[in-house]
Amino acid sequence: MLPDTAAGAASREIMIEVLRYRSETDLRPAWQVYRVPFTDDMSVLQGLQYIKDHLDGTLSFRWSCRMAICGSCGMMIDAEPKLACMTFLRHYYPGPLTVEPLAHFPIERDLVVSVDGFIKKIESIYPYLIPKTARRPEEGEYLQTPSQLARYESFSDCINCMLCYAACPQFGENPDFIGPGAMALLQRYNGDSRDGAQAKRMELVHTENGAWSCTAVGYCSEVCPKQVDPANAVNQNKTRSALDFFLRALDRHAHSESSAPDGGAP
Amino acid sequence: MRGPRPYMRPAESLWWAHPPYLAYTLREATGVAVAGYALVLLTGLISLASGEVAYDAWLGFLKSPWSLALHLLFFIGMIAHVWSWFQIMPKTMPRFVIGGRILPQNWITAAGLVVAMVAFIVTLVVAGWMQA
Amino acid sequence: MKRSIAPVFWLLFGVGGMLSALTGPALVLITGLAAPTGIGASPDFMSFARATAFAQHPLGKLILFSVIAFFIWHGVERIYLTLRDMHVGGRLTLMWICYGAAGALTIVTVGALAIVGF
Repeated sequence: MLPDTAAGAASREIMIEVLRYRSETDLRPAWQVYRVPFTDDMSVLQGLQYIKDHLDGTLSFRWSCRMAICGSCGMMIDAEPKLACMTFLRHYYPGPLTVEPLAHFPIERDLVVSVDGFIKKIESIYPYLIPKTARRPEEGEYLQTPSQLARYESFSDCINCMLCYAACPQFGENPDFIGPGAMALLQRYNGDSRDGAQAKRMELVHTENGAWSCTAVGYCSEVCPKQVDPANAVNQNKTRSALDFFLRALDRHAHSESSAPDGGAP
Repeated sequence: MRGPRPYMRPAESLWWAHPPYLAYTLREATGVAVAGYALVLLTGLISLASGEVAYDAWLGFLKSPWSLALHLLFFIGMIAHVWSWFQIMPKTMPRFVIGGRILPQNWITAAGLVVAMVAFIVTLVVAGWMQA
Repeated sequence: MKRSIAPVFWLLFGVGGMLSALTGPALVLITGLAAPTGIGASPDFMSFARATAFAQHPLGKLILFSVIAFFIWHGVERIYLTLRDMHVGGRLTLMWICYGAAGALTIVTVGALAIVGF
């Protein structure tokens, strides 16, 4: 007779192998196996919660909304970056199912990874509207048509879950790569008709750690739970960066030929 | 609560050989077919510049079973390249908004493939016309 | 902030990729399968006389240069990135070898087209 789960009497069990790591006792991560009773409506997150509530209270993992909007529960489930709250145990039956912390990030503890690097990247791309010409409140709102919104809207859907970073092999090779999520946020602002700071953000894009670390693998867009399409954000900026590279070269050539002293309008 | 000693898992050096990245590596490998075919043409051009005897030797190589098999592989690589090229192409383009809706990426891919098929036929027709 | 030089090679890769996507399969069929076997093409389609006439013509030179050079630059960029993925060598070493080879082959192409005459 299997124990009751939160969803009612469980009829089946699945083996879940979790990669554990506690820095106070462990030199390196190691697998631990749990036998988890489940019903068909249970997510992997609920499986982990069952482990923590009934089998092993020391297991640590991030979670919050349980509905794929907070971005907290990203982890490698059978080696694929997924949100644990929208991945279901029944798909992996009979298992064993492996659960590891998100790839390419340092492990703090168990399934909790360090997000510091990612946060710094988000902060570095000027993640706020810098209007072309500032308006005073009396002048009213900045207006935007639905078409202007459509141009960047999907990039604003990002929930910062970092699955795209776990998916990206070039980020795995080069942790300084600004990465798909930060580029999606960058394009969210650069593509916003109300914004005027495209040139500032493009300075980051033009670098080796900007768009040019990307080799168009495309797996980031496949794993994104919100259809943000970060691959599009990065690769359309390759086109922009490349055109700018040559227009600048032509522009410099033209200026050196005229050799007028600088003092003109920007 | 921050752990005192974060653990960085060692990188998997053969990541490019396993799913889901193997498909990407094979896509990139079509570049070998494209460059390889160009190299065959270049050897032909060099032999052409070296005189009739050298050029006829190159033509003889083209007729050999090795060359025919090689070009069959080039052909397969080229087709794989055409297919994958137009899958990636929309990713390098900004979103186009037409009538308030975003132009779907697979429409751009489909349009590209249609253009490629037309170009394929046009190239064959032009080559056929050149025979006259 | 230091700009990457990657756009140069990416644009060459892009032009070569588009050109080979549009003409690659047909060209392989024509020069590699139809002309050598005589199936679908006359046996003297690529004879010395015809090939020389083509390569001496300005349009023929443009076509030969574009196809050979851009196809090579396209393939080399992919080979370079794949070799980097495979950790065959350091970034700068691979850049010099791959782009150096492509540059050398481009010069050879120009040279051969010049020697063929006008």
